[in-house]
Amino acid sequence: MSKRKSSKNYVFRNRPIERGKKYCRFKKSGIKYIDYKNPDFLLKFVNEQGKILPRRITGTSLKYQRKVAQAVKRARHIAVLPFVTDQLK
Amino acid sequence: MEKKQYESVIILTPVLSEKQMADAIAGYRQLITENDGEIVHEENWGLTKLAYPIQKKVTGFYHIFEFAGPADLVSKLELAYRRDEQVMRYLTISLNKHAVKYNERRRQGAFDKKEEPKTEAAS
Repeated sequence: MSKRKSSKNYVFRNRPIERGKKYCRFKKSGIKYIDYKNPDFLLKFVNEQGKILPRRITGTSLKYQRKVAQAVKRARHIAVLPFVTDQLK
Repeated sequence: MEKKQYESVIILTPVLSEKQMADAIAGYRQLITENDGEIVHEENWGLTKLAYPIQKKVTGFYHIFEFAGPADLVSKLELAYRRDEQVMRYLTISLNKHAVKYNERRRQGAFDKKEEPKTEAAS
């Protein structure tokens, strides 16, 4: 991650405090294909309004973030995921 | 012609009777096998709730064809989907080797929630 939060910097920002270094869960668990048909896996990458979470929050690598985005958009097309909603989870 | 693997999801309007739905699906199955495609696997989610209303309907009848076939089969299939007003929405994608492997593992129940740990179920 480019913005290394230095330990001396006590400025409290509302970003979620990341204890360990963020990692890409796809590389770690060796997932190669993201299925657009099962919503409960995709819900982990979508916030309450149904919008796709950015990489800086989920920490996924660029390659898999694109696959996640494509899977979410396909899921939205076949009405498995909503385009926009108020309380998803 | 070299065969590629495809996966096609269709949503039929819930207004149909059981028989009409079966006929529509049988028609597409026959269309695939006619144009020398062969169906690897079929899945039927039945009547499920949609995440948002399509054509003012809140539920839809999902059916998934997984087939291998020549490239022009897909355009024929989609032309048929477009013509058929029973099909509310369709999505056809080509499957790469990871996707094919994933689908096989999924069929053997590698991802059933019961015994698989969280990370494994995620793939």
